[in-house]
Amino acid sequence: MSKGQVRQISLLLFLFLGAYIFISFLNRDDTVFEEADGSLRETHIDDNYFAGKTIEWIIPFKEGGGGDTWARFNAPFFQKHIPGNPAIIISNIPGGGSIKGANLFAERVRPNGLLILGTSGTTQMPYLLDDPRVRYDYRHYKPIMAYPTGGVVYVSPDIVSEDLRNFKVTTVEEQLEKAVRVIRELTENGVQLKYGSQGPTSLDIVTMYSFDLLGLDVRAVFGFRGRGAGRLAFERGEVKIDYQTSTAYLKNSVPLVESSEAIPLFSFGALDENGNLIRDESFNNSAVGVFDGEIARVNVPHFGEVYQRLGHQLEGIEWDTWFAFMSAGFGGMKLLLTPKETPDKIIALFHQGIKKMKDDPEYRKNKSKALGEYPQLIGEGANNIFTLATQVGETEKEFMKNWLRKTYDLNI
Amino acid sequence: MLDLVLQALATLFDPENFTYLVLGVLLGLIIGVFPGLGGIAGLSLLLPFLYGMDEVSALATLIGLVAVIPTSATFTSVLMGIPGSSSSQATVLDGFPLAKQGQASRALAAAFTSSLFGGLFGAVILTFFVQIARPVILIFGSAELCMLAIFGLSMVGSLSGKSVVKGILACGFGLLVGSIGAAPATGEFRMTFGVDYLYDGIPLVIIALSIFAFPEISELFRKESAIAEGTDLGKRGWLLGIKDFYKNKWVALRCAGIGTIVGAIPGMGGSVVDWIAYAHVVQTSKDKSRFGKGDIRGVIAPESANNAKEGGALMPTLIFGIPGSGSMAVFLGGMVLIGIEAGPSMVTKDIELTYTIIWSLAIANVLGAGLSLGLAHPISKLTKIKFSYLAPFMIMVISFAAFQATKSMSDLWLLLIFGLIGIFMKRFGWSRPAFLIGFVLATQAESYLNMAVQFYGWDMFKRPGVLIIGALTLVSIYYSRRGAVDENAELMQKISAKEINRTPQFIFALVVITFMLFAFGDSIRQSFLGGIFPLTISIISLPLALWLLYLLWGQKKVHAAIFDAEQSVDEGVFKAPWFEPVLWIAGLYVLSVIIGFIPAIMVFFVCFFTLKAKSGLIKTAALTAGGVGLLLLFGHFLNLQFPQGFIHFPI
Repeated sequence: MSKGQVRQISLLLFLFLGAYIFISFLNRDDTVFEEADGSLRETHIDDNYFAGKTIEWIIPFKEGGGGDTWARFNAPFFQKHIPGNPAIIISNIPGGGSIKGANLFAERVRPNGLLILGTSGTTQMPYLLDDPRVRYDYRHYKPIMAYPTGGVVYVSPDIVSEDLRNFKVTTVEEQLEKAVRVIRELTENGVQLKYGSQGPTSLDIVTMYSFDLLGLDVRAVFGFRGRGAGRLAFERGEVKIDYQTSTAYLKNSVPLVESSEAIPLFSFGALDENGNLIRDESFNNSAVGVFDGEIARVNVPHFGEVYQRLGHQLEGIEWDTWFAFMSAGFGGMKLLLTPKETPDKIIALFHQGIKKMKDDPEYRKNKSKALGEYPQLIGEGANNIFTLATQVGETEKEFMKNWLRKTYDLNI
Repeated sequence: MLDLVLQALATLFDPENFTYLVLGVLLGLIIGVFPGLGGIAGLSLLLPFLYGMDEVSALATLIGLVAVIPTSATFTSVLMGIPGSSSSQATVLDGFPLAKQGQASRALAAAFTSSLFGGLFGAVILTFFVQIARPVILIFGSAELCMLAIFGLSMVGSLSGKSVVKGILACGFGLLVGSIGAAPATGEFRMTFGVDYLYDGIPLVIIALSIFAFPEISELFRKESAIAEGTDLGKRGWLLGIKDFYKNKWVALRCAGIGTIVGAIPGMGGSVVDWIAYAHVVQTSKDKSRFGKGDIRGVIAPESANNAKEGGALMPTLIFGIPGSGSMAVFLGGMVLIGIEAGPSMVTKDIELTYTIIWSLAIANVLGAGLSLGLAHPISKLTKIKFSYLAPFMIMVISFAAFQATKSMSDLWLLLIFGLIGIFMKRFGWSRPAFLIGFVLATQAESYLNMAVQFYGWDMFKRPGVLIIGALTLVSIYYSRRGAVDENAELMQKISAKEINRTPQFIFALVVITFMLFAFGDSIRQSFLGGIFPLTISIISLPLALWLLYLLWGQKKVHAAIFDAEQSVDEGVFKAPWFEPVLWIAGLYVLSVIIGFIPAIMVFFVCFFTLKAKSGLIKTAALTAGGVGLLLLFGHFLNLQFPQGFIHFPI
């Protein structure tokens, strides 16, 4: 290294790094005043709060999946309608079944509305089961928006007797009767079914626990990458029982029902505003079978109805556990979160944008196709769902852990 | 059907729709040139514009983008030895040696013609089969997919170099590295050292960059010459490449067929298709002596396959709504957003949309390949630039590409670690393709094996599909040993004369064995289903590894397994010790941790140009500003955040 070279390096570094630091200094964000404890001084938040700012929306899932689609569908509308038109960036941070991205959020987040997290039932499950890898805590967050969903379980006609296959359905009541008889037949004949699952700590817990409560002998084969792969295995005839979440069910499984390649058994139901389990209206008039060349369309009864009809009570620890985990997995399927300390004014700006978004004709045109029929809730509705989805009683939690331990030899 | 097909074409040639298609193609080409950026990055750029477009325009833009990414990814694969996308890894094997011989324009021309052909072939197959493909796709159950993974592994035979022991060991090493992370069957974490980063295993892009690009960059760094050493073919090369394609049109046709089929099978993924095509052309060629050293067929085969793959992959994407490849997952997401639902209706009531998609695919391929062909000659001049000017840019590009994997600093550290492994694998004659194939297929082989055993048990061997693929595997193994691809053959002949110091390669073999022992120890702690796969692999590999150690230590005679490129290269070829490039790159990363990636790359550029390229003040300043400017520009448009240091600059 000659003297000339040293001089050249020093000079250039001085210029380049100097310019860099200078530009950084000009770009620094001085509109957000944080107190020593991290909270914001509310006085500085007005309608222009988000102007020129960027909101990073963490999605702890891969590009192209359900969680990603949800965020990417909403992002442009947020950008358009939230006062100040903040730029919205979707950050996909997949890993460990969404634990990695949610952990990262927990580490980095400030109560300024500039970093938000979109979780899913898959994110709620390991949290509720006290997975040691989880470092996010829902008690520290509150919801900006909540989006529930549902799902339907269906079986292959191959495993149902001829008589029952042709059991004609014209009302929901008859559909319920049919589902119950199919389940009885399967249990009485001791039929073992296989189910393509993503893994024992995923949202599939709810499905597999439901099978167990109904007395079905279902063996889960793990390692499926997504519900789409599970449905493909169903179409190939490798598995005889499958479930899909609402949008995917309506889009891809109902055609199977319409060509007599699937029989719906039950839905996971929906929650009304008081948190009661009701029939899921998304499946109103969805196909349930083909009889005499005509497609019968009625709603699909929910799990509770089937369970009750099989002679069980909708109470006791087994039912409570089902209800708790169903609410967490489906009722509060998608939650958009920010820290609890985030000023109400910031939340109000979000809500202002979301309300406007819902009136946007472009949104109305594509929303149900892209995301399904469920409303994206804010305010009281979102808070109720959030509470149901993230607070499960200790007894239910322990019961579920024991069940997993017993069934899958898993130590959680 | 024909009128529907033509009607779709007419809609597409509507000026507005066509403009959007061209825009999609241009964007795809620009994004595809940068390694590590793929359909996902393109989609996030496009998305805000998709709203409000009509269906046809939006579809045309999306397809235009996705279709040409494998085309332009060829540039870096051939010119710099940096795999441009997961489906142009095999192109590096022969494309880069051709570039080193001054035949870059020939290789590129042949590659783009093959891409064009493959893309059109895929579109034609899609047109005729999309309506009847469903039952065929459904034949491929977990048993068949498991057998296909084994078939893929059998390709290692053709690509493992002279020493079979080392080839199998490299593959076993790859399989074990590939099984780091959550076990497909149980979700247990294997060999993760408690690090969050490893939950989902090591990203493929990092392995591909470190195993292929890193060693090449460090070698060029040490030679201090330009990439192209031979005499330049000039404009002639361009025509020569097109003629090469014409001469090998049957190779291209077979490989395009392979590409379409593999693409159409959901669950196989796009990253093996180029290897299968490459191994196929090696196995079916009479004269194999040039493979791995610059055989044009080694470029034509993977390039016709990887563009054909997109046509094939569209079948499951459209019919089942299940993506056939990574870029298709993104395409599917884009479709959802514009309100088009993929599924059975795409071949019934929405068939005209499907034909629009197919035509967009065909036209995008023509446009993409045409533009790339036009650029092939001028861009190939990059290989004439003195490497000390190119090196910092290439190091920036691979770091940037690796950083796209999970956007954390760990991406860069892993790139460095596996880059070192890549350097030693190249030096000691361990087959890098074998390692990569093992790595890519590890998850597939394991999860489909697990499913197949649970679904079918021994009955899986009664399935005709399994038997046919099994027979193909045996044929492939039979042909594979008759003349294997070996990049080191020439050095090998020189070496026989003199005795070399075997300690370095003995130490490297020990490191690999230690990892295998660790994998063994880790897998016996897992549950049966969670540990059986890595356990079996390590049990098969370890005796072979001991045998290799014995050969390296005790064998007196010359043996194919004993090889050290470093000691058989003529003196004076390398002007710097092997660790110098590694230290430069490590220095860049250490500095990034302290002050952040962008300022660190400034320091790196300034120091490198001044000290290594010995360039003057103005030139250094201009090159540094250019490099950093490019990085910031991309970062801005793609909304990327670069690694921050302890010292935080709020930019």
